[in-house]
Amino acid sequence: MRSWTFTLLALAAGAVILALALAIGSDYLFFAGYVVLQFVVLATAWNVLGGYCGYVNFGSAAFFAIGVYTTVALQKLGANPARYLPDALSGLLQPLFPLSIPSLVVLGGLVAGVVGLGMGYLTLRLRGVFFAIATLAMAVVLQTLVINWPFVGGARGAYIIRPESITFAGLTLGYIEYLFAIMLLLAIGALCLARLIEKSRLGYGFAAIRDDETAAEAAGVPTLRLKLIATTISGALMGMAGAPYPYYIGYVEPGGSFGLQYAVNAIAMPMIGGTTTWAGPLIGALLLGSLQQIATVTISSAVNLLLVGVLLVVFVVVAPKGIIGLVLDRRRMRLAS
Amino acid sequence: MTDAILQVNGLGKRFGGFVALEDIDLEVRQGERLGLIGPNGSGKSTLVNCVCGTLRNETGSVHFAGRQLDGLAAHRRTHMGLARSFQLPRPFMSLSVADNVRVPLVYTAQARAPATGPAGRLDERCIELLRLVGLDGKARRSPRDLTQVEMRKLELARAMAAEPKLLIADEAMAGLSHSEVEDIVALLLRLNAEGITIIMIEHIMRAVMSFSQRIAVLVSGRKIADGKPQEVVDNPDVVRAYLGQ
Repeated sequence: MRSWTFTLLALAAGAVILALALAIGSDYLFFAGYVVLQFVVLATAWNVLGGYCGYVNFGSAAFFAIGVYTTVALQKLGANPARYLPDALSGLLQPLFPLSIPSLVVLGGLVAGVVGLGMGYLTLRLRGVFFAIATLAMAVVLQTLVINWPFVGGARGAYIIRPESITFAGLTLGYIEYLFAIMLLLAIGALCLARLIEKSRLGYGFAAIRDDETAAEAAGVPTLRLKLIATTISGALMGMAGAPYPYYIGYVEPGGSFGLQYAVNAIAMPMIGGTTTWAGPLIGALLLGSLQQIATVTISSAVNLLLVGVLLVVFVVVAPKGIIGLVLDRRRMRLAS
Repeated sequence: MTDAILQVNGLGKRFGGFVALEDIDLEVRQGERLGLIGPNGSGKSTLVNCVCGTLRNETGSVHFAGRQLDGLAAHRRTHMGLARSFQLPRPFMSLSVADNVRVPLVYTAQARAPATGPAGRLDERCIELLRLVGLDGKARRSPRDLTQVEMRKLELARAMAAEPKLLIADEAMAGLSHSEVEDIVALLLRLNAEGITIIMIEHIMRAVMSFSQRIAVLVSGRKIADGKPQEVVDNPDVVRAYLGQ
């Protein structure tokens, strides 16, 4: 399938999902769906570096939090630019505030992408477990910085007042529905991007890096440059997933934004779905994300991570290549026989 | 001197206290067929790794096609026309056999001359290259399904896909049958006739003798002989290194 056909199909599927959700009209559906979609973006983003290139990033929560705190900082700045900025600059920027969610998403992605590039430059000479440890360390450093940065609320956290509804082009939409639609669009964008990478020259380079970096270099693949591209894309997508979050949750604090659940889910979802194709993280996120939402309302929210842990262990033992891996292996066996 | 495509001067490499290569001088002329032999552990593969940028040499220098290579990343050297096969095959396991060849095609050959045309041409070229080594029937299979011998052939196909000026075949024939060795030698001779300079690293003396115009011998990280094949095998130092005193 051509990329633009796929994009059109994905957009159509997204429109159907949105229409169905609006028809059902339950606020809970939007709240739960938002989280699942957010995990689709996070899992897809993680997979660009972790699945395609084979570099395990334990710092997903940090990139997510960069998006979150970019929004918080810009929100605070936008509320009173004259107080924080020199007059000339604040006068210039005043008309831009308050920033719309889509522009916050872009800015959050930009900041997280730059941090991804920087982290990649510092850590990508490390391989395997050392790279993973470095990403974990980066997450801790960033969390400490945010805790000690009073402008964004420090350890106390910060409130963001969510508007009741939003009106554009004469159409009034509840704010949670609006956020859901944005996250849906973001998920579609992330999936299309992942699929595009997979089928492109870049995807072959990533796969070569994942399988054997020395052989990749010998084949002419500029491994360092490609890995930097991967960390930037991956980081940017995670930041984009985090940017609307303060509006969703209303109150953010470092412990929550840098929470273990993001780091763990971003890894577990692609692992369970399968890491070598775009569909893996999607399947994993839909499966795990929905299961967690169901467990939250039926059992308790504390059971979430337990669920992820148990499933991850089961999959690592039974199907180390995830659900997609099982299917592909079966197909390969058939081809061989 | 002027027609040397590869020039190695005073090259040295050590791993901790172990001296793997010491003061190696080697010159390969444009279009030449050089055989590089030596007992196991004599530093042949280390020399290849230093020339191709997989390892960094501590002393000495490598010049290729008139340019100094030292400090250049391996992929840059590949782009310049220096390709190698690995002694222990290192296929991209998660890609199909055809896609293994596609990686150097896309990243090296196509990057050099972008006008390769639509993707269909690329598929054809993959199959063409695999046919040269007799793997075209397994294009869609995973390298996991290949035998060791087939993996060596895949290594060779991958090196050829980069359209090199100088091809280094690091034990591409180990384990191959008599007729297969002849096939590969014929293939390398054909590539050489098309103008590609080839360094063959091999233990199969029959192949080395029939292929090489010149043979260099490494023993314990030093070059002890370099000359016409018959002269080299008659050299008493070489005989002693291989057979003992």
